[in-house]
Parts: sequence; structure tokens; C-alpha cells
Amino acid sequence: MPADEEGLARGLTREAVAAAAYAAVRACAVTLRPDVRAALEAARAAEGPESRGAAVLDRILENAAIGTADAVPICQDTGTVWACLEVGRELLVPGNVLDGVDDAVARAYRDGALRMSVLADALLDRVNTGDNTPAFTELRLVPGRGATLHVMLKGGGSDNASRVVMLAPGAGRDGVREAVLDCVREKAANACPPLIIGVGVGATFDRVASLAKHALLRPVGAPASSNGAAAFEAELLEAVNALGIGPAALGGATTALAVHLETAPCHIAALPVAVNMGCCAMRSQSVELVSWETGAPAAEKGGAR
Amino acid sequence: MSGLTQGATGAQDAGMRYAAGAEHAIETPAAADATRDAGAEAGRRPARLTLPLSREDLAALRAGDEVLLSGPVYTMRDAGHERALAALDADGALPFGLDGATLFYAGPTPAAAGRPLGSVGPTTASRMDFATPQLMEAGIVATIGKGKRSAAVAEACRATGGVYLCAVGGIAALLATHVTESELVAWEDLGTEALRRLELADFPVFVAIDVTGTDLYRQVEAGVRP
Repeated sequence: MPADEEGLARGLTREAVAAAAYAAVRACAVTLRPDVRAALEAARAAEGPESRGAAVLDRILENAAIGTADAVPICQDTGTVWACLEVGRELLVPGNVLDGVDDAVARAYRDGALRMSVLADALLDRVNTGDNTPAFTELRLVPGRGATLHVMLKGGGSDNASRVVMLAPGAGRDGVREAVLDCVREKAANACPPLIIGVGVGATFDRVASLAKHALLRPVGAPASSNGAAAFEAELLEAVNALGIGPAALGGATTALAVHLETAPCHIAALPVAVNMGCCAMRSQSVELVSWETGAPAAEKGGAR
Repeated sequence: MSGLTQGATGAQDAGMRYAAGAEHAIETPAAADATRDAGAEAGRRPARLTLPLSREDLAALRAGDEVLLSGPVYTMRDAGHERALAALDADGALPFGLDGATLFYAGPTPAAAGRPLGSVGPTTASRMDFATPQLMEAGIVATIGKGKRSAAVAEACRATGGVYLCAVGGIAALLATHVTESELVAWEDLGTEALRRLELADFPVFVAIDVTGTDLYRQVEAGVRP
């Protein structure tokens, strides 16, 4: 690992981040994630042929085709923009690296005829800012020498259906399971199922929600890296789908396409749990801006998902 | 997209694809009446109804029915409900001739692809629960949204002979192909939350709460399988 600035890889610029944010917003709004589409197609096959669930899934898939063909948003709630820049510690990061994101978001929402859904202040000034800014940005430092920009358009319905619960450690694994199932029972109908359910367990009150949100970036159904977490994900998914809430909450076998779990260390007194609901139009893209292999700026559109 | 012309062609294609892919969705009213008793059974044929809904239309609907709506609805969301209640308090009547109207809880995207709206779909209805009973008593006969409602809304449906209809969330590009006109009525300063009159054409919804107060979402929760 280089000891001084001279040895750090360069190549991450504010302009590259802004350009990636613009392109990602435009693409996410009108295009269903390929892994989400594949999971919905599999879910369609699992519903009874004449069922309401199958009819709903047919429409969700047809909707994705119209969005792509006509370049119109697959959901009218084109969301708030969350942009997370994940950078390796061996990379030199300019302090202004996120400064172009708001301008890129404003241009993308105007050019794409997307919906402006951001208010100036939640409590004190509920006036629409008119350009869907500010975006909600974060910088995340990780090992390595690459950089990836994660962009997510998050709708209000699915975020409103999310929650953080601070359990007592004695509640244990069963308590976590019930917290997830309670949230699904109470709120799934508002979050546009079939869902992708991000679950965070651990860290602190503020960080556990971030764990749940980051879990939504994982390709649908790709298991957690640890065997224990992956097994719990499978158990939670089975329990969620056993509720029978189904597509659009109108009944059926598939209430969720996946449960993605991220865990972390925590205080001896704590068992924080967060559930971040992802809807059936789950819109995100992860764009590699600097190669994690070589530390060189990635080719245009490289690594986009 | 190379331009508006191509977009408009795409829109027509999309509508046709949808109609062709869901042949069970197109039906004559007479045949729909004959199958209405099928209730929550899967594959039942949807009735086609013309807005504004009559008391007879409303009384015939049962939770779980699928209905294709044609005619005018009015978009109203969170901020609009506060203004509608304020107008009701001030004047003792619904503003903008909304008596007898159907409200659609929706904030559309701007015009695109040769259509009056790019995308439009239901928002979470429970956020409007604080105002719905009062608005129904004042003359709103139906609301369109997504998700569960409060017991007070179910009671308002029963007491006023109105209904709550749900549209599928996450299919807004498809639903926009069933909207033929969009006209600003009021509250332009609210942006996407403005009051708009939309003209629907075979817009697909399900009856979520009927005039008896029966609730489709609660039926699903209780294991009454569709």
C-alpha cells in the first residue's frame, strides 16, 4: 500500500462521476434491472396459470417492455436519487468528487421527463424544489484501488414501508425473523410486491438502515457471502412467501423475489434490525468508474448493471 | 428514441400488445354481469364501467372484481387532500365540481412517447385516510390507489355506498397507455401533485373495498385465496 499521496492512483474525477450519475438515472428510470426481470419471469412460472398473481406478473413484465420500447418511466414515482461512491483506499479522491451530482440529476430529470418528487425541507418548507435535487450522496471507503458509483432511484411507497427496530439481544434470531415478517405483513401491500427485501442486522441505529439499503444492490437472489447469512436469507424468504400476500398484494405465491441480509458487529446491549423494502420496479445501477483490477479509469459504461 | 412520431407509434403498439396479451380483459358488459357472481375466483371476466360511476354501478361491485374504467377521474395526493378539506370547510361543498367524482391517488410523469402522460400509477392510499371519510360524505364516490385502508375508510364506503379501487403498483408505463387525456384543473404550484382531470380508457383496477365494506386485502391476509 502506498504511503503517500504520490503513490496513490489517480483517475477519478468529478466529471466522470457526474456523467455516470446522469446516464444511470436516465437508464434506471425506464429500464427494469435484468436480474429483476429474470426473477419476475421465474415468479410468473410459479404462479397458477389462471391466477390473479400470474395476471399481475404478466402486466409487470409487459410494463417493462413498454418502458424500454417507449423510453417512458417504468414507475411514475421516479424517486429520490441515492448515489453512493465506493472508492478504494489506494485511490486519490478529489474533495469535490460528488459536487457534480446534483447538476447531473437535475439535467437527467428534465431531459428524461421524469417526476420531480423532492421537497426543500421535510418539516419547515414542503415546497417542491422543481428539479429533484438534492440527491442523497455518500462516499464509502473500502480496500482496493477501484471506484464504483451506485445509483438508486428510490420510490416513496417502498421507503415508507421500511423500518428500523432496536431489539433486545434476547430476542435473538427469532426476534429478527418476526421483525421482518411484521414489517412485511403490515406494509408489503404499500411497497408494490413482489419485493426485494433488504435486511440489515447489527451496527448502530443509523448504520443498520444503510446495511439494509446496500443489500438491495446485490443481484436478486445472489446469496450473502457467509453461509450463516445465506441460510437465514433462505429461511426468511420462505417465511415471507408463505404469507400468501402475493404480487400487488392481491394473493399468490411470490410476495418477495429475494431477501438480502447484511450483518455487522454491534454493542453488547444491541440487536438493531432494519428492513428496506425494494419494489417490483427496483431501480439501481452500479457503474465501475475506476477498474478494481488495474486502478485505471474504466472504459465508458464499463461494469454497468 | 428518434422523435415523437416514433414514440406515438410505440404507444399504439404498446396498447395493442396489452390488449392482445390479455384477451380475458376485454369483455361485453352483459357477459360481465353474468360472471359477476364468480366473486373472487381467478380468471373471472372484468366488467367495463363508464365514469362517473352511478349508484347502481357501485352497488353491483364486489371486493375482488376486476373492472375496466373509462371516463374522467381526478388526481389528488397528500397536499391536494389538505387543500380539498380546507375548501370543504370553507364552502361546505367539494371544490371544482368534484361531487360524484372518482379520485385517483397519483402523481404522473410529464407527457412522453406521444401520450398525455409518460407514466401514471397509484400511490399509497392509506396516506389519504385522514381525509377520505369526510370527502366521501361530501360526494366522492370512489377512490383509486394501492394498499390497505383504515377501518374508517371501509366504514365510509359502507355508509355512503362508495368503493375503494386498487390499481397495480409498478406498471405505470402500461397504465399510461389507458389514459387518453390529461387536463390541469387547479393547484399547478403543487407540480406533480396538482389536481388533474384524466380521461381513462379501459383502465384496469380491482375492487378493494366494496359498498358492504368488504376488503379484498383483508381477505387475502386471511387466506381467502384468489
